[in-house]
Amino acid sequence: MTFALALHIVLAVVVLGLAVWTIVARDTFAAVVGFVVYGLFLALVWVRLGAVDVALAEAAIGGGLNGVLLLGAAARLRTTELSVAPERPSVGLRLAAAVLSVAVATALAAAILLLPDPAPTLAPAAAANAAATGLANPVTNVLMAFRAMDTMLEKVVMLLALVGIWSLAPDRLWGGRPGPRHQADPQGMLAFLARLLPPIGVVVGIYLAWTGANHPGGAFQGATILAAMWLLVMMAGLADAPPVDTRWLRLALIAGPAVFLLVGLGGLWLGAAFLAYPAAYAKALILAIEAAMVLTVAITLGLLVAGPPARSAAP
Amino acid sequence: MSVATVFALCAAAAVGFGLYGLIVNPQPLRKILAFNLVGSGVFLAFGVVARRAAAAGFGADPVPQALVITGVVVAFSATALAVALLLRLFQATDAATLAPDPAPGPDSDPAGS
Repeated sequence: MTFALALHIVLAVVVLGLAVWTIVARDTFAAVVGFVVYGLFLALVWVRLGAVDVALAEAAIGGGLNGVLLLGAAARLRTTELSVAPERPSVGLRLAAAVLSVAVATALAAAILLLPDPAPTLAPAAAANAAATGLANPVTNVLMAFRAMDTMLEKVVMLLALVGIWSLAPDRLWGGRPGPRHQADPQGMLAFLARLLPPIGVVVGIYLAWTGANHPGGAFQGATILAAMWLLVMMAGLADAPPVDTRWLRLALIAGPAVFLLVGLGGLWLGAAFLAYPAAYAKALILAIEAAMVLTVAITLGLLVAGPPARSAAP
Repeated sequence: MSVATVFALCAAAAVGFGLYGLIVNPQPLRKILAFNLVGSGVFLAFGVVARRAAAAGFGADPVPQALVITGVVVAFSATALAVALLLRLFQATDAATLAPDPAPGPDSDPAGS
């Protein structure tokens, strides 16, 4: 057994141990903490699988934003923990669920292990067409050019999720500010970190988005770090969340999909097809879309965590 | 055993554990967590497929990787929506349960008997 194989097995065992903890832990808060650590270890698995771009996304979203969102929810729902006991399912149901889960897991494992060898791959096609966009990172090429339609629709899905969250606000609070007004000790640790980290985080976030053209990184990963910095400042009480009907906020939310759609329609008008970039301007157009996307994704992610409007717009 | 084999088994097991938790845990927040476990297992399966298809000098096929990045962001959006629905349910009913009517306490008299 080589060292690398032993490392992979230990990593898989740790990841699965945390997955089991997430399911069986009695306390929901403890389960959520387990899930956040699971997300961080999963990022290491992605590195070992040679997918550094995905590892960055998993660490930033699975370990970071998911943690803020779910820990906040677990803390709010703590009082409901005691009333759960009578709802526990019977032994028969648990046994049936276990049999079903084992069957599904076995079938999935068999399906992956029995895939044809050598595996079919699109990597040579991605490499052959890389020159058309002028970007060196193959994952960014796929996201922004070869399968740009997916990425555009994903922006729309994020906006729909945000509209869904906002629509849960009671009528009288429509147009208000999301979440509670956070108060933190101005001399405390949180306020200190909220002053210290954002200048570094903003630079790292923008760098990650910029370098994604040629190296691991990209618009999502950078935007997630920017969103985390914004949330940190809001949670420390240094800046309040904006009211949801603010004009600049609405414009920033639609900037990403709007630029994407305009470029796509331009491709239809000037070039061959929807989202076909003219070869001479491909890189410039992709960078323009990514710039608008970073802004929109960062603000959307921050507002998804902040929740529906919960208080009036007055500060 | 290669790296792909180890993490293929890991992905399948994560889906299995998540499915079990989704069915068995009665609390909605735990169901959301379990559903995210299923999702991460499916993403990992994509990662294993991408790894097996390494070619042309890339460590892994970039197409499944890009799909997973899109998937991670969509899964997060769906989780945020689910959590917001759950918190609204808690706000409206003071309970966070999916039971058709709240389970009666040990000393309360069920209606109609």
